[in-house]
Amino acid sequence: MSAYYVMGLDIGSATAKAVLLDESGYSLAFAVRPTRGRLVQSAEEVKQEILAHTGVSEEAVKAIITTGYGRDIVQNKTKSLTEITCHARGAYATMPNIRFVIDIGGQDSKAILLEPDGQVGRFEMNDKCAAGTGRFLEVMARTLGIHLDEMGDMAIHSEKYSKISSTCTVFAESEVISLLAQGEEIPAVVSGLCRAIAERVYGLASRVGITPPIMMTGGVAKNKGVVNWLSRILNQEMIIPPEPQIIGALGAGIMGLEMIKKSNEKMNIITQNT
Amino acid sequence: MSQRVPIRATAKMKELMGFYYMMAKSAENDPNQKIAWITSGGPVEILHAAGVIPIYPENVAAMAGTMKISDEICAIAEEQGFSRDLCSYARTDIGSALSGKGPIMGSASPKPDLLVCCNNICGTVTKWYEELQRIFNVPLIFIDAPFQYGIKDRPEAIDYMEAQLRRMMEQVSEVTGKPFDMDKFMETLELSDRAVKLWREIQDLLQHKPAPMNSFDTFIHLAPIVTLRGTQGCIEYYETLKAELLERIEQGIGTLEKEEYRLGWDNLPVWFKIKFLSERFSQHNAALVVSTYTRSFCYQAEDRDISNPLRAMSADYLAGYINHGLDFRERELTEMVRDFSLDGFVMHSNRSCRAYSFGQYELARTLEDKYGVPVLLIEADQNDTRMWSDEQVGNRIDAFMERVASKKQRNIA
Ligand SMILES: Nc1ncnc2c1ncn2[C@@H]1O[C@H](COP(=O)(O)OP(=O)(O)OP(=O)(O)O)[C@@H](O)[C@H]1O
Ligand code: SF4
Ligand SMILES: [Mg+2]
Repeated sequence: MSAYYVMGLDIGSATAKAVLLDESGYSLAFAVRPTRGRLVQSAEEVKQEILAHTGVSEEAVKAIITTGYGRDIVQNKTKSLTEITCHARGAYATMPNIRFVIDIGGQDSKAILLEPDGQVGRFEMNDKCAAGTGRFLEVMARTLGIHLDEMGDMAIHSEKYSKISSTCTVFAESEVISLLAQGEEIPAVVSGLCRAIAERVYGLASRVGITPPIMMTGGVAKNKGVVNWLSRILNQEMIIPPEPQIIGALGAGIMGLEMIKKSNEKMNIITQNT
Repeated sequence: MSQRVPIRATAKMKELMGFYYMMAKSAENDPNQKIAWITSGGPVEILHAAGVIPIYPENVAAMAGTMKISDEICAIAEEQGFSRDLCSYARTDIGSALSGKGPIMGSASPKPDLLVCCNNICGTVTKWYEELQRIFNVPLIFIDAPFQYGIKDRPEAIDYMEAQLRRMMEQVSEVTGKPFDMDKFMETLELSDRAVKLWREIQDLLQHKPAPMNSFDTFIHLAPIVTLRGTQGCIEYYETLKAELLERIEQGIGTLEKEEYRLGWDNLPVWFKIKFLSERFSQHNAALVVSTYTRSFCYQAEDRDISNPLRAMSADYLAGYINHGLDFRERELTEMVRDFSLDGFVMHSNRSCRAYSFGQYELARTLEDKYGVPVLLIEADQNDTRMWSDEQVGNRIDAFMERVASKKQRNIA
């Protein structure tokens, strides 16, 4: 039994994620739920879900670190940190030789350079519009009448890809409709859409300075089509952790654990001195 | 930040600027008092010496920005077909000229008898002032300042500037109908020189820890050096401000409860978000203590010949930050990092101002890789609020400050 637990909560624009760690940093459980605009409620839901699942009581959770777009809305948090810090920390914990993180979420994409010791270096966010993000793919899946989970397999098995010239979500949608009207096959369109995202992110990553090994985090890392195109365009292998979507929450949890350890050390010094 | 001690001189500046605009406004109906519109980097001393009142459309546009009326004025220019890609100062000014709407006592700037355009800040002003000439149908004096690619300014470019300034004296005297008074001009140059030096000294006082004021203050206290350099009032004002800052230093008064981090700022301010930015950085105990923008109004050429004031002036009007290539900019930025003990640099990638924003990514990379200085790029616009989102910029600032803080902690440990 662990003496205490730490929770990382990542309240994103698309999903709420929670990770529970024990005092040794071992991840006991995680939960993911769609946010659907209810930030506070979905945060509470993922939190209760992992507590119920692990049987850990709320009192045993010594720190809750929040991150993501809704990080400051959550009540009863120990501290909030940005996604840049948390994704970097989570990726580094998963694989300490990682130098570069590409996080593509629902609303924005980020490219983060890590110093060899895991500290955050330069970073860039694409946040002016939804193009190049998960939301773009969600809109397109709906337009095409397919499921989000199918997109990846469809894309990687298609030999052809459509050229999607527009990077704007609104214009790309009408472009897709006209491609379909011209008789373009759906898998080729899907592959073209994944490529459009990868191109966008490539621009972002180049500005930071692409430095392998590269890890992809965020929900879009589950889309094999985007992953495949990114590794082709960047000419680099994309390392995908087993649960890419929860890396931010994991990083938040680890930061919480480090905070506790640091303040314990301080306490020890004080008690030794007195 | 409840115990922030306000800067007393601010009231005096408001009075000074208010008086200046009132005087300019009343001169509009006086046929004997000539008014010139001039670009911010223009050789204003010639106008002061000739008794012509200078008006700075850029300053007026910035006022419209802080008063949050620039969007509506820009829209007037856009309706007339001016592209949204055009600098928002130009759109604000042209919209104001076309509609009579503006920030000066609720209306536009007093109409010009003369236009003076110097392209040492950008190429945009060339076309902008041609447009003003079409609107007002008055003479336009154009001073062509060659862009300086190297660190050292070229002597033939200084010759060229000098010839144009001499010609400008004649052109101005044609408008006033009086001969150009050389003695008055020399006096004006001296007053300008003193003001410029004072403005530099004032900014250098921010090297002190804690800084007695911050860049958000210098953005505001910039108005007199832009509009009134070459006048006695300008010098008096900055002497007052300097004395107050020295007093603040003496008493250890800063602008934050705790100044933990010191940052530089590159490019124009985001006029309509001064308060937001200032508060967001304060939340992280970060003070902005130097900016390339406010320092742009105190550049003096390196080897200026003081025995020949006109020659020195010709060199000075080439010497600005924004009239230079990347090697020069790199040197300036790294000197600021050193002299002001900066923990990082914030670069405003300004959609309006290509002349300023070009090369910022390269400079950011250089600062990061060569000098280990963290750089934050913020994409925005000096006057166009449609380019802005509190949420997104705030998020970037938070992430950047987490980075700066952890870097500093690591360096201390
Ligand atoms: N099984 C899946 N297959 C393919 N794509 C998926 C899958 N699950 C999620 N996604 C993609 O992941 C996106 C959501 O990612 P994530 O949960 O990381 O976003 P977020 O953190 O809420 O957003 P942000 O960080 O931008 O605020 C969805 O928009 C979708 O495109
Ligand atoms: S483009 Fe830049 S330098 Fe030129 S007027 Fe606009 S803001 Fe000023
Ligand atoms: Mg996210």
